[in-house]
Amino acid sequence: MNRKIIGLEEGLGYMQDGITKIERILEGRPEPPFNSEEYMKLYTTIYNMCLQTPPDDHTQQLYDKYRQAIQGYITSTVLPSIRAKHDEFMLKELVKRWANHKVMLRWLSHLFYYLDRHLIACRSLPSLKEVGLLYFRDLVYRDVHVKVRDAVITLIDKEREGEQVDRALLKNVLDFFVEIGMGQMNRYEEDFEAHMLQDTGAYYSRKASNWILEDSCPDYMLKSEECLKKERDRVGHYLHSSSETKLSERAQHELLVTHVNQLLDKEHSGCRVLLRDDKVEDLSRMYRLYSKIPLGLKLVADIFKQHITAEGIALVQQAEDAASSKASNAAAGVQEQVLIRKIIELHDKYVEYVTDCFENHALFHKALEEAFEVVCNETVAGSSSAELLTTFCDNVLKKSGSEKLSDEAIEETLEKVVKLLAYISDKDLFAEFYRKRLARRLLFDRSANDDRERSILTKLKQQRGGQFTSKMEGMVTDLTLARENQANFEDYLRSNSAARPGIDLTVTVLTTGFWPSYKSSDLNLPAEMVKCVEVFKGFYETKTKHRKLTWIYSLGTCHISGKFEQKTIELIVSTYQAAVLLLFNASDRLSYSEIMAQLNLTHDDLVRLLHSLSCAKYQILSKEPNTKTISQSDYFKFNSKFTDKLRRIKIPLPPVDERKQVVDDVGKQRRYAIDAAIVRVMKSRKVLGYQQLVSECVEQLSRMFKPDIKAIKKQIEDLITREYLERDKENANMFKYLA
Amino acid sequence: MMRRSASKKTGQPNSTNPITYSPSDLFRTASSKASSKEMERIDNLFYAYANRSSGMIDPEGIETLCSDMEVDHTDVRILMLAWKMRAEKQGYFILEEWRRGLKALRADTVSKLRKALPELEKEIRRPSNFVDFYSYSFRYCLTEEKQKSIDIESICQLLDLVLGSQFRAQVDYFIDYLKIQSDYKVINMDQWMGFFRFCNEISFPDLNNYNPDLAWPLVLDNFVEWMQAKQS
Repeated sequence: MNRKIIGLEEGLGYMQDGITKIERILEGRPEPPFNSEEYMKLYTTIYNMCLQTPPDDHTQQLYDKYRQAIQGYITSTVLPSIRAKHDEFMLKELVKRWANHKVMLRWLSHLFYYLDRHLIACRSLPSLKEVGLLYFRDLVYRDVHVKVRDAVITLIDKEREGEQVDRALLKNVLDFFVEIGMGQMNRYEEDFEAHMLQDTGAYYSRKASNWILEDSCPDYMLKSEECLKKERDRVGHYLHSSSETKLSERAQHELLVTHVNQLLDKEHSGCRVLLRDDKVEDLSRMYRLYSKIPLGLKLVADIFKQHITAEGIALVQQAEDAASSKASNAAAGVQEQVLIRKIIELHDKYVEYVTDCFENHALFHKALEEAFEVVCNETVAGSSSAELLTTFCDNVLKKSGSEKLSDEAIEETLEKVVKLLAYISDKDLFAEFYRKRLARRLLFDRSANDDRERSILTKLKQQRGGQFTSKMEGMVTDLTLARENQANFEDYLRSNSAARPGIDLTVTVLTTGFWPSYKSSDLNLPAEMVKCVEVFKGFYETKTKHRKLTWIYSLGTCHISGKFEQKTIELIVSTYQAAVLLLFNASDRLSYSEIMAQLNLTHDDLVRLLHSLSCAKYQILSKEPNTKTISQSDYFKFNSKFTDKLRRIKIPLPPVDERKQVVDDVGKQRRYAIDAAIVRVMKSRKVLGYQQLVSECVEQLSRMFKPDIKAIKKQIEDLITREYLERDKENANMFKYLA
Repeated sequence: MMRRSASKKTGQPNSTNPITYSPSDLFRTASSKASSKEMERIDNLFYAYANRSSGMIDPEGIETLCSDMEVDHTDVRILMLAWKMRAEKQGYFILEEWRRGLKALRADTVSKLRKALPELEKEIRRPSNFVDFYSYSFRYCLTEEKQKSIDIESICQLLDLVLGSQFRAQVDYFIDYLKIQSDYKVINMDQWMGFFRFCNEISFPDLNNYNPDLAWPLVLDNFVEWMQAKQS
């Protein structure tokens, strides 16, 4: 059973032979490979030696021998061969030597397997492979890594300049950096990557500095895009994947961040110019490039916002200029109409930009919003944007409107109008003007289409909520009910011969709360009409006893037969105008004061009426003196010579300017709204600081209007006087709710 | 001129048997005797100026009192006296108020009362008391039942009277402003107190630390705007 003891010298000799053989093979010397006998002999020798017990236990010396051999080989052969070469050749040599080394270690590990196991098990020493690697690192790597790194970076820069380089070689070198870290990435990162990044930075810094001066913005962006793509590819081809982000960032920084302002603000090709010239592709590229750079993207979004704002303001200015030029009123109205159309188009255009160029990014949505919030709150020739928008709607919705479009186009237009409303801060003003215009359309039968009226109300309701449209809907419903009511009235008349007024009468009963407020006047009705009113009252009382009827004659229409010398013409006039005309059934000639006395109207109203009948397009009355304005000393006669080619004409009465009243009404509403908001907030919070109170009120009210901070302060003070609130004794900026 | 009171209160209540006194009892009786004597004089003084039918000192009586004290009836010290008495109705003192004030001032004659005024003024000028006096002076001017505010003209006079010596510049400018503005016809308590805070906290006339975004009353925001427009 006694195996032959292998002595130390013998063992060392065997080992050396094995190592030398491998070296020679790897050196490419003529050396036959191991045959199985040799292999087994060596393997077994080592194996047996490991099992030998003291005093023949020489495993430590074997291990040391191994180490020395590796060290020796590296020092004498490997290192010098690498050092002897330069640049790319050195890299090639390094790669070769490293590959060889790994092979050698593998073979040796197999050969001396048992030694490995034995030692590691007993004494926790580094394995043979590990030892081998450590020597390579400490003796070769430490010595050459700087030169290697520099050679690699040189090649990278060459490739950047367009030269072909040996990518496989580079990959191998960089794999070496990774592997030599022996499980850690620190060698790759500290000894190579950090320097590569710095070099990259310097490289692109130089390039960018030149390009930014020479190239246009689109060209610069193209080049940058190319470069960044190439750098990404570089990672795919030979750099370690962990370098991708850092490399991109570094290149990006030099190309896109350092000169961002210069780039975007380029005089003849920068962002503003691209927007102006609708260079969609270039702008898309700009977005792509800056989408990962928040700082840059914000700048682009800001320019986008400024551009839209400027375009919008320019449109407004155009309209303003056209309106204030000496054009007639009608033309001025057209300008405002055109303006809204153009603003809608502007909006459509840039919404597309946001979705297409800027990939729906929130920053650009916001920029668009903010731009339109400025544009849509400008005044044109004294009309607020809220008013302009309602005028626009009026034209779309009324019969004689200037917007002649198909049903589909109308639907689309109404959609867009409602969208624009979102940008207008005085939404309550819009609602009030809208109600006034709606009233006129409904009452003077000017609405083109009931469905359209309802359609826009539905859209408004969807966007702004039911409260916004409830009164308007009430108005439309009132008209529908009024038609039914009229049918009932006619039935009543048929069955009640005594009740007949002698004139065809149509009455529209309006629910007070829904409609704008109207002054009811004390007009002295012509006798014929008085009877009408009585009859209707009689009828109405059969239906309900609990309601009071207030007659608004200013909203009525009359059809009068004018028996002129040439022919009889039917005149469609307002009730007021009819009242004036009917006076001439009893008198040939009347003075201003006589008319005034008989009708009991205000001077303002009467002047307007008489003007429409004697100084405008259709002169039903002739005036002495025949001037263009009404004065209180004028005399009027029925103009029997009047004629027209039509058998029926409408005599328009220009409406009173509602603007002031609307603005006043809205002002009042706002005071109530602010008051209610303050109370609501304080009731729930009980104690609140001033600034917070103001900001919460502003937020609550913002749905309908932008409240003036001073107005809020005033209401707070009012509420203090009315003892709803009190100021805190200790902290003057704090308010308390008094239950 | 002192008026003898028609009905004079006689001595002490007769419940206690005065025969067995201890020394402390003697002192007690002596001091309460003295204080009741003082109260008597205070009351007498009251009736000297009071209106015979209403039983209280009316504006006429106050004027007489003032001339006796050699103080102008529009002098701030009369207002201070009213404060000390916690008088409720402007121009009138009732007995309870009179007693309260004069007892606190330890004055039972006109000359003692007059001599007490400087001390009273000092007392009121102490910051802890002044705020109270300042707000009192506003309330004192609310003559009608449900009145909550005071007209501009009166406010200007009141400001001058109460704050004039302490904050001359602010008062002068503010009075100028109040007279030319048209937003406010009256000033309420909150605005009144606000102005006092303004004088104490805001550097004048540069107004550098005034922030209109805080809860200062709107009238002061407008005042500051006006001042800044003038200064530019």
